[in-house]
Amino acid sequence: MSGGGTGVGGGFEGTHAIGKAEAEEPTHFAFDAESEAQIAKIVARYPEGRQASAVIATLYIAQKQMGRQTGSAWVPRVAMDAVAARLGMAPVRVYEVATFYFMFNTKPIGKFHLQVCGTTPCWLRGSDEVLRACKDAGHLKGYGDTSADGLFTMTEVECLGGCVNAPVLQVDDDYYEDMDYESTVKLLEALKRGERPKPGSVIGRQTSAPEGGPMVLTGSEE
Amino acid sequence: MAKVTVDGIEVEVPNGASVLQACEAAGKEIPRFCYHERLSVAGNCRMCLVEVEKAPKPIASCAYPVADGMKVFTDTPMVRNGRRGVMEFLLLNHPLDCPICDQGGECDLQDQAVSYGKDHSRYREEKRSVKDKYVGPLIKTIMNRCIQCTRCVRFAAEVAGVPELGATGRGESMEIGTYVEKALTSELSGNLIDICPVGALTSRPYAYVSRPWELRKTDSVDVLDATGAAIRVDVRSGEVLRILPRTNDDVNEEWIGDRSRFAFDGLKRKRLDRPWLRRDGKLVPASWAEAFGAVVQGVRGKTIGAIAGDTVETESLFALKAMLAAMGSANLDCRQDGAKIDVSRPDYYLFNSGIAGIDQADAIVVIGSNPRVEAPVINARIRRRWSHGGMRVGVIGPALDLTYPATQLGSGPGDIARAAEFLSGAKHPMILLGRGALARDDGAAVLAAAWDLARASGALREDWHGFNLLHLFGGQVGALDLGFVPGPGGLDMAAMLSGGVEALWLLGADGFDAARIPAGTFVVYQGHHGEAAAARADVILPGAAYTEKDGTWVNTEGRVQLGRLAVMPPGEAREDWRIIRAASQFLGVTLPFDTLDALRAEMRAAHPVFGRMGRGPLAGCTDDAGPKGGALGAAPFALPIANYWQVDPITRASATMAECASVYLKPQPLLAAE
Amino acid sequence: MALADKDRIFTNLYGTQPWNLEAARMRGDWDGTAGILAKGRDWIVEEMKQSGLRGRGGAGFPTGLKWSFMPKERPADGRPVYLVVNSDESEPGTCKDRDILRHDPHKLIEGCLIAGMAMGATAGYIYYRGEYFNEGNILQAAIDEAYEAGLLGKNACGSGYDFELYSHRGAGAYICGEETALIESLEGKKGMPRLKPPFPAAVGLYGCPSTVNNVETIAVVPTILRRGAGWFAGFGRPKNSGTKIFCLQGHVNKPCNVEAEMSIPLRELIDRYAGGVRGGWDNLLAVIPGGSSTPMIPKSVCDDVLMDFDALREHKTGLGTAGVIVMDKSTDLIKAIQRLSAFYKHESCGQCTPCREGMGWVNRVMLRMVEGRAEIEEIDVLEQVTRQIEGHTICALADGGVWPVQGLIRHFRPMMEERIAEYKAKHFPMAAE
Repeated sequence: MSGGGTGVGGGFEGTHAIGKAEAEEPTHFAFDAESEAQIAKIVARYPEGRQASAVIATLYIAQKQMGRQTGSAWVPRVAMDAVAARLGMAPVRVYEVATFYFMFNTKPIGKFHLQVCGTTPCWLRGSDEVLRACKDAGHLKGYGDTSADGLFTMTEVECLGGCVNAPVLQVDDDYYEDMDYESTVKLLEALKRGERPKPGSVIGRQTSAPEGGPMVLTGSEE
Repeated sequence: MAKVTVDGIEVEVPNGASVLQACEAAGKEIPRFCYHERLSVAGNCRMCLVEVEKAPKPIASCAYPVADGMKVFTDTPMVRNGRRGVMEFLLLNHPLDCPICDQGGECDLQDQAVSYGKDHSRYREEKRSVKDKYVGPLIKTIMNRCIQCTRCVRFAAEVAGVPELGATGRGESMEIGTYVEKALTSELSGNLIDICPVGALTSRPYAYVSRPWELRKTDSVDVLDATGAAIRVDVRSGEVLRILPRTNDDVNEEWIGDRSRFAFDGLKRKRLDRPWLRRDGKLVPASWAEAFGAVVQGVRGKTIGAIAGDTVETESLFALKAMLAAMGSANLDCRQDGAKIDVSRPDYYLFNSGIAGIDQADAIVVIGSNPRVEAPVINARIRRRWSHGGMRVGVIGPALDLTYPATQLGSGPGDIARAAEFLSGAKHPMILLGRGALARDDGAAVLAAAWDLARASGALREDWHGFNLLHLFGGQVGALDLGFVPGPGGLDMAAMLSGGVEALWLLGADGFDAARIPAGTFVVYQGHHGEAAAARADVILPGAAYTEKDGTWVNTEGRVQLGRLAVMPPGEAREDWRIIRAASQFLGVTLPFDTLDALRAEMRAAHPVFGRMGRGPLAGCTDDAGPKGGALGAAPFALPIANYWQVDPITRASATMAECASVYLKPQPLLAAE
Repeated sequence: MALADKDRIFTNLYGTQPWNLEAARMRGDWDGTAGILAKGRDWIVEEMKQSGLRGRGGAGFPTGLKWSFMPKERPADGRPVYLVVNSDESEPGTCKDRDILRHDPHKLIEGCLIAGMAMGATAGYIYYRGEYFNEGNILQAAIDEAYEAGLLGKNACGSGYDFELYSHRGAGAYICGEETALIESLEGKKGMPRLKPPFPAAVGLYGCPSTVNNVETIAVVPTILRRGAGWFAGFGRPKNSGTKIFCLQGHVNKPCNVEAEMSIPLRELIDRYAGGVRGGWDNLLAVIPGGSSTPMIPKSVCDDVLMDFDALREHKTGLGTAGVIVMDKSTDLIKAIQRLSAFYKHESCGQCTPCREGMGWVNRVMLRMVEGRAEIEEIDVLEQVTRQIEGHTICALADGGVWPVQGLIRHFRPMMEERIAEYKAKHFPMAAE
């Protein structure tokens, strides 16, 4: 176990399985028609012979497909092999990419991926409370944990680039901003009910404008 | 050229050279871990930092190109602090298991720590622990020791051509491995042990066997393939414990194949360590005197012939040939595989471009050969040439995974002539003809056709000889150079085995089916391993393996090289030329030399080629007249070696090679548990 | 005098209007683009030099000068030339590019066309961080719009110039904001910075000449060229000219993004746009002025420092990405900086020894410093370790990773000593005094 560990940031345990894949590793993966269509579109963006450029996109597509098919958006090794075969890469180069980038889950995750930003700008604005709320409402022991009902997996992530709307909680692809304990609990309860609240500021801010409305670009300032 | 001043010493280095190379030219030693001159530059270990005038920060000398007028300093406070810092960082998570580490004593990290290490550690935190990885039966991994220099990753991808090693994860969680547990599919994997600067990748067979300073080291040459790689045989108490490559840029650079490195445990098993003779149909132990007595009884007055094995040194072949000549016999053959080799001109059977000549080639046609298996180091050189661009490879024969792309040009002899089209336009075309392609009825015709192809594609010129025969073992070319083939009126192997002789002398000849020997033939087997040929023998004379004698071998290029005695032959076994010398005495045809020097002097007098010690092939071809051909057959080429790991008595006796064969030749489950 | 709305480039910074082409045109984007392109490469590059624009990604390298490094002629071997836009915005404290991607993508796309033409590029890739999934979708939709309107592709904008533009999504790696790591990542590899030289202008994406620019840098280009270099250069102090998006956050009353003029006093920036420091200016403890890599400055410096490259450098810090992280007196500064150490440890690519091994060491010592579970002498060891890391790696991640720690020690060493003393007093009371 590398130092730092969970709860203090900087751990790499999260959703990355280090070393040998777990027992859940499926034995087969093939891209479905929906994925194939997406791959074809992405690969066309790069010059002939540079299909490897599409590796990140194709891994995402594989991860999404796993989500569609199994309810858990992760990339098993067989899917990495399929990506390698599809793009003409050596499998180990795909393994490298899949484990280097933090957004690929190399082990199964819950239905909702709670990504709590714990970096200083969010921490200064109360990310510890978001973490606490996630633990309480999601029945999670800590970072890297998946709830017993398989609904939530919580990961600590590094700066999400939403710092003026800190603290930020990313659920799957969506940012929920200006969070606190109560709003986090509310969000998780809604997710449990199958609702998907509108992303963005939960206190009604106009994106990155100050609370209470923009002070510039109002057409009145001079 | 660029003028660079290193610590006040002015040197001139080519433009594009690195600062590190300039420092070396100035005689300054630059510490390094990730940099390896035969691999791409990674620049990641940061140990080779030097100071350059006007640069605010130290630079990594391995990666920084020189500029004319550059002033470099290799020993300033900036440099020393930088390197000490790097050393301290490397040691943070490096275990303190040097006392039991097999790399101990030959560890770059250990050595550099003497110069740049601290006498105490300031690191008060826990050390990182990394799970060991399974990468095959030859390499032991202790990944806590890994310093993430990525040499192994680059070696696998660039030299071995098997991109199966990677660095997964990132930051301090980055780990070297295959991610999935699998044995590296390379015949060159043992070289990873050498290039690993620490004890992360060590030899599995050698694990905890010895400390390096206990070993007596003998420079020699490898004979287990025809490359003629330079090796060092490490011995303790009369036992070979390790074989390592030595650097020979013209031949093996600094690599050897796994067979050459790891088969040595076969030297200790199934050995013939005393004479035997057949009594009442059964082999029984005997004394040397009894054995020679039996030889005299079985051989004298009979028509005799001799068959030479594939790894025998030339001295004993020369002695045996001389003894048979004295007995009036020219029944000699060294082509156990029946290859239709034409010995009328050396360049009909040599790798004439030279191994280093591959670097110049711009098109290669491989005929009936799998160089990856037959000569992995040569194949790696072809791969490197390919990776530099501007070279194409075509194959006639079974489809191959050569670790680089190759165009399939055909499968049999009928496709040879057409390959001229593939070679057209090439400035340095090479024909790489496998010896296996000649071991068939139409072998002579194949040889002639391949020569014709070379001629047709402009490969036979005064400045370039593009015809190359790739042999399979280290003793094969030397035997041909000696003319260990039927003399005037002599019988070849097929004729000898068809009842043409009454007595047969097998000198290390284990490469043919002994059951072909007619029932009445009296057989003397002289060699080092008890296999089928020895079991068929009437008298067994125990000889020496290649590590147990001083001898001259010739590689596939025709390069004459000396192997040296590293250990004594076991038990009562003796050096082979001495056995033949003694036998000649018993047979009444005493050979006129009683020292190795005297023998060699005679051999060189008779065959001046053996005086060309160490030199590669002669450049160019002045006579493009080809060998005698014949009608080509229709059968597609088959490859002579399917199992890289087990090819001769030594490798077949090796437990390590047996394990490799079982791992690599069986289809591997995807998630093989160790 | 504060920047007037009429002088703001990002007039849809907050997304109060739609991002689409129609709305963008109403805001003045894509106005006379062909005419700008018609003035030619040299004119554009010269104008950019005159504007004094310095890269907005953190390093502040003069943009016009950077473009001028690109080969004047297309490579003889027919290799393409690339513009690569760095939208891997991941520097803690920075969220300005996000607003450009989601609210003003056409400014960026138009900027790509012009910048691409000015450097002879045949194609451009906009690399955005993987987490900006929704923002990336908007960007791609805007690119599709631009293609449909004939603004990109063959004869882009009717200029006679062909230019392809693509978006490319990253996958969670701060290091990919380093330009050569970004190129590696774009090529489908791990984002590990390349050795330099060669620089991207010679050997960049796919081995072709390339220039990597930040999103904000490229997005301001069309407006500068439309309104004139002199207009842009009129804001801020010499060599620090222009307007700039600042991200004001942390312990301010109203965190926000705002476009302001360069060289604005830090205090005015916070007071005017972010509603002041929580609890008043006197409650201020320290500010990280330009994203996490820039060392913090104590209140005494904040009182009158100007927000530009040169003024902040004088105080051994930097403008960086202009992510202003404000910390009031309630802040555990040691913890705040330790959390950044954890960030850099997490984001180290692992290539260079000093960064891979050193950032973990720094973080672990910092973790103990947060508790006070350390010896006073270890503050010096920590400082030495940061010096041992700094300047010894391929890229600047490690430098950025240790500067915050150096800043903490430089300005708040007594706080660290006090923490250690407190810990000792609590855990080893007999040993005290």
